[in-house]
Amino acid sequence: MAVMAESAVAQVKPGSLWSRAFESRNFLGAMFMVPAIAILILFLAYPLALGFWLGMTDTKIGGAGRYIGFQNFISLSKDSVFWLSVFNTIFYTVFASVVKFAIGLYLALLLNERLPFKSMIRAIVLLPFVVPTVLSAIAFWWIYDSQFSIISWVLVKAGLITRYIDFLGDPWNARWSVIAANIWRGVPFVAITLLAGLQTISPSLYEAANLDGATNMQRFRHITLPMLSPIIAVVMTFSVLMTFTDFQLIYTITRGGPINATHLMATLSFQRAITGGNLGEGAAISNAMIPFLVAAILLSFFGLQRSRWQQGGRD
Amino acid sequence: MTTTDDQSVGMDYLESFPRKFLRVYLPLGLIIFFLLFPFYWMAVATFKPDAEMYDYEKYNPFWIVNPTIEHIKKLLVETDYPLWMWNTVIVSVSSTFISLFASVCAAYAIERLRYKGSRYVGLAIFLGYLVPPSILFIPLAAIVFQLGLFDGNLALILTYPTFLIPFCTWLLMGYFRTIPYELEECALIDGATRLQILVKITLPLSLPGVISAGIFAFTLSWNEFIYALTFISSSENKTIPVGAITELVSGDVYHWGALMAAALTGSVPVVILYSFFVEYYVSAMTGAVKE
Repeated sequence: MAVMAESAVAQVKPGSLWSRAFESRNFLGAMFMVPAIAILILFLAYPLALGFWLGMTDTKIGGAGRYIGFQNFISLSKDSVFWLSVFNTIFYTVFASVVKFAIGLYLALLLNERLPFKSMIRAIVLLPFVVPTVLSAIAFWWIYDSQFSIISWVLVKAGLITRYIDFLGDPWNARWSVIAANIWRGVPFVAITLLAGLQTISPSLYEAANLDGATNMQRFRHITLPMLSPIIAVVMTFSVLMTFTDFQLIYTITRGGPINATHLMATLSFQRAITGGNLGEGAAISNAMIPFLVAAILLSFFGLQRSRWQQGGRD
Repeated sequence: MTTTDDQSVGMDYLESFPRKFLRVYLPLGLIIFFLLFPFYWMAVATFKPDAEMYDYEKYNPFWIVNPTIEHIKKLLVETDYPLWMWNTVIVSVSSTFISLFASVCAAYAIERLRYKGSRYVGLAIFLGYLVPPSILFIPLAAIVFQLGLFDGNLALILTYPTFLIPFCTWLLMGYFRTIPYELEECALIDGATRLQILVKITLPLSLPGVISAGIFAFTLSWNEFIYALTFISSSENKTIPVGAITELVSGDVYHWGALMAAALTGSVPVVILYSFFVEYYVSAMTGAVKE
């Protein structure tokens, strides 16, 4: 339709080449795309390509590097700190994502109940996601302080432990501590987006199930979960992406310590590239994250496909 | 009594209060307590004098006996905090407006002009949304340095749109799709140009979408950390998150009071903005996921 209308205008006003160009959708489309494409090519596509190249050089800060092939990756493969960071990243991502999903879905179901002040509760629940991560991480840092931790104080007063817990000084304590902080930050996102999904499920499905005598559990298993699964796929892909590439929480709370026990691949690449000055090696670590990211994106892609198919759509 | 264990959605007024309390209110209350406690703790530490902060025996840590604004005063007078705040505002506002402008144009072109290959460009922009800053910051640092932007607001203003534009474009494409074609066709027949249509018809109709994208983009740039940490080195050019974490920790001495004051005052502006636009914020967040 739009095409017809447009050619009609063009017939009425045959102008110069310039004004005719402005009637062409392709030319006009290109003009409209210029600002976005310029920024994205210069600061997104080009750095992405440059990152691949840097990963194969021995570039240092303030100096040009030369091509060294896969040397960075070979030395990383013998680097126990790198493998520790890979383990930490996977452990952190898997554990935090599973718990975020469980609590997030539970919270979404609770918020979907008939509640007084529902919209206010929803606004409050989202706060950890809104507040700058680094700033809330500072609060966690103080909560985990070895001498003045409020958690230790409460547990000691309650008689459950006798000595203060060294939250950030012990490798496993530190891992659990940062995972807890990550869960705290991620639950609101999962809960609120899943709640939006829950609200699109037609109540008539539940009424029909009720008439057939379905129990709570059966309704959840056979209506809620299948109807929600497309959104779950997308939300969890985003959640996994954000957790896997997390930097802020770790950098603020532990800086990768104690003895590299909480280094994620992102914080390790920062330490090697910016703090240590080895841009090439840091870029190689970043590049090593990409296969995992691609896997997560593919997961989201197939999740979306399934949703279209379920809704009987084309494509 | 089998009826009690299958209350229907539409009949939950039949549920007794103690039962609903145990099933809904109690777990909800516990989760909300868990989610809000760090903020309470941040606020308490901000207004607590040092004497109470480090003495849990004499003072109950959960209360403040003599509230003080000494930490905030110290932050404002002895550190570059006012400058960080100013930088954060400038960077967030500029990058949000740049991104909104670029995204409105791009989304309109992709959704409505439907030029050759627009679908693939749309998909490419969505993929750009999935590229995390954690893998871009190293090459970007090299580029920022080459362009001579290092250690200035401009470095952040120009790089933040890399994660804002894909998001805003994707969100606005969804909004533009809901506006009926017929309105544009009428305008075209009346001789309006594409630019006039965008400014006078499409934009006003999709204003909620533009506000949503703007609010979300603003909070994202306010919260950004890794680029600001990498591209800025001198204290007076830092943003609040970076300044707080790098300048308020000197050696092993942590100025907990000032740190907490910075965390609290740095969060308040975003939270105020958020509280005015909760619905827009939520629709931006869920809209980007649903599509």
